Amino acid sequence: MLNKSYYLILIISIIIGISFWIGFNVNLLPEEASINAPIYDELFKILFIIGLILFIGMTALVIYSLFKFRKKEGEFGDGIALEGNLSLEIIWTVIPSIIVLFVGIYSYNIYDRMGGMNELNHNHETMNTNSEKIWAGISQANNSNSGLGETAIEVSAMQFAFLFNYPQGEFISGELHVPVDQKISIKMESKDVIHAFWIPEFRIKQDIIPGQPTILNFTPTKIGKYPIICAELCGPYHGGMRASIIVEDKSDYERWFNQNNKTNL
Amino acid sequence: MTILIDNKAKLKESLQPKGFLRYFSFSLDHKVIGIQYLVCGFLFYLVGGTLASAIRIELISPLSDFLPRDVYNQVLTLHGTIMIFLWIVPVVNGAFGNYLIPFYVGARDMAFPRLNAVAFWLIPPSGLMLIASYFIEGAAQSGWTAYPPLSITTPQSGQIIWILSVLLLGGSSIFGGINFIVTILKLRRPGLKLMNLPMYCWAMLGTSILVVLSTPVLAGTLILLSFDIVAHTGFFNPALGGNVVVYQHLFWFYSHPAVYIMVLPAFGLVSEILPIHCRKPLFGYTTMVFSIMGIVVLGLVVWAHHMFTSGTPPWMRLFFTIATAFIAVPTGIKFFNWVATMWGGKISLNSAMLFSCGFIINFVFGGITGVALAQVPFDIHVHDTYFVVAHFHYIVYGGSVFVIFSSIYHWYPKVVGKLLNENLGYLHFALTFIGFNLCFAPQHWLGLNGMPRRVAEYDPQFQFVNQISSLGALFMAISTIPFLINIIISIKKGEIAGNNPWKGLNPRMVNDFSSSCRKLGRRGSISK
Repeated sequence: MLNKSYYLILIISIIIGISFWIGFNVNLLPEEASINAPIYDELFKILFIIGLILFIGMTALVIYSLFKFRKKEGEFGDGIALEGNLSLEIIWTVIPSIIVLFVGIYSYNIYDRMGGMNELNHNHETMNTNSEKIWAGISQANNSNSGLGETAIEVSAMQFAFLFNYPQGEFISGELHVPVDQKISIKMESKDVIHAFWIPEFRIKQDIIPGQPTILNFTPTKIGKYPIICAELCGPYHGGMRASIIVEDKSDYERWFNQNNKTNL
Repeated sequence: MTILIDNKAKLKESLQPKGFLRYFSFSLDHKVIGIQYLVCGFLFYLVGGTLASAIRIELISPLSDFLPRDVYNQVLTLHGTIMIFLWIVPVVNGAFGNYLIPFYVGARDMAFPRLNAVAFWLIPPSGLMLIASYFIEGAAQSGWTAYPPLSITTPQSGQIIWILSVLLLGGSSIFGGINFIVTILKLRRPGLKLMNLPMYCWAMLGTSILVVLSTPVLAGTLILLSFDIVAHTGFFNPALGGNVVVYQHLFWFYSHPAVYIMVLPAFGLVSEILPIHCRKPLFGYTTMVFSIMGIVVLGLVVWAHHMFTSGTPPWMRLFFTIATAFIAVPTGIKFFNWVATMWGGKISLNSAMLFSCGFIINFVFGGITGVALAQVPFDIHVHDTYFVVAHFHYIVYGGSVFVIFSSIYHWYPKVVGKLLNENLGYLHFALTFIGFNLCFAPQHWLGLNGMPRRVAEYDPQFQFVNQISSLGALFMAISTIPFLINIIISIKKGEIAGNNPWKGLNPRMVNDFSSSCRKLGRRGSISK
């Protein structure tokens, strides 16, 4: 009996060990390029490890049972007449409940750190559009009282393109240029059907719903060019509805901005 | 009075066509209707599978070069609609439910045989109508979710026919649901207590409750949507002051329970199949019953997890995260109980058992990604990407379809009287299992790294992984060949099954293949 539980503990620790090893050494995610990304990847890692432990454990149990309890040739007897076991049932109700609760609370914490739980002020002063309701996308934790950051850009989504309007410069661009390490607020509106604004490297996504202007905040942390992808089926050219976000350092951004700025003319 | 009814029924029976033709008649026999559902569903599965192949061929290259773009959207819409409404829902509910439930509860037939026949005969015409819509002005092209305003602005005829077809199929589903509830609750043979019902009856009871509660909501929503399309009302049209998010709430109020409508009966079927091939009673009957009912209740309050990126308020995101994640608990109980059923058994590793084990492994994987998807911050990145596509194919294909095949291998001898060829069954399983995992496992990575779903063109960096996925789809397509050969050849040339093909010792197994009935081993009598 002692021997048996020794093996059981050994096997469980091997499974947990393998899962941790895979969880820490296999990267399934793209580059991290915003404040949100490392937070997201932390959650992903935890979920990945827990998932691996459960999956490897269950698969091992099924395959082990298939080999261990195979019926032998010409055998017609029955297995043990076991109908249930209350303590086992309690164990596998309680342990998953605890795991699920832990995951739920942990992801709530992650979500809070991403700024998802902040209520946005409707009718915000800098982006007041005739007292219409502005819907909150997932926002950024810093500067928590105000939903809007320093750089405000208006995004129009239409079949099948994104247009980026820089109100301070009164110009429209087909590419989204933003300065690095600065909180960006975009106000998104759709001209026709539902679109979605997704930057995989930033781990953010928000549907752009016609009739519901939505604010999305993010802070890029890495200079580079990343895709902006429409993730909601919007018509025949949905797959081609892509744009780019170019994250530059502040001086490059200002040079680009001044080149396009129409208020200076 | 009863005699009178019986005479009438006898008269009707004598007017029914005999032999093969009865499958093409308005038959009132639950066994005939069950087979009608199964064969009809399988034919639509072949259509849906062909459409899936077209999608995978398109995605071999990163450019949109195989199908015209609007046709591609029609193909993915029809693929989703056909696979859900014409294959999985009718087969796991209608086919096995009609065939097995009267046997299991000890009734002569379903409670409302005519309603039953009507429910079946709504399916072929609405399915054909759906496919035919392609030849008018093109089929619907707004996905199986038909989100407005896209569904309002795309060509009308296809969308309207889609709505009509789904309404008819929904009606069929409701008729079936009512019939199952009444049959299970009212037509049990005397002395058969609820807590002695075979597990599949419980699963069907739970499923039917979901069908009856949620399908009418879908029907109402689609009728409003059709008003928006035809009469230019503004329920969901933002240009006329409508709100598109309301549509999403109403749609998912049905369509999330729809997942359980596809999966709960599969759970029930597995609970019938495992004990026989493991030669052990089902482990933890009572908790299995409660977990089914737990899934039914929770399944009704999780719909908004499909809308985490649609501008839902934070408190709603939180509530739906927790409710969704908690479904993992009753679902997990079922899986642990199945493994415990296998533990210490005398397992015959035949095709039915292999498909059931494949189901357990695939579904555990899909369930784990499901718990991850329930977490708002996780979902926000992968929502509407191939990660979600992979997740729900693990649930509905790796789950439900594997169980359908398992059930076909298990009950074919009962229905046809002949055994299926086991070697072809092994081949079918190997091709399906390898093909399925090759096709869908890589899609998780695609979604995490930036490939949205429902696209005909994609970033060239994803080409290699998409080709692996398409190779898996090819395996899956090929896997139907040994299955079909097996089914057709065995009708004529199969070994005679006899009354007890799975060598069950229990008299009940010999008679009607009922398995998880607790009387099997309720008092520990199974081994005596």
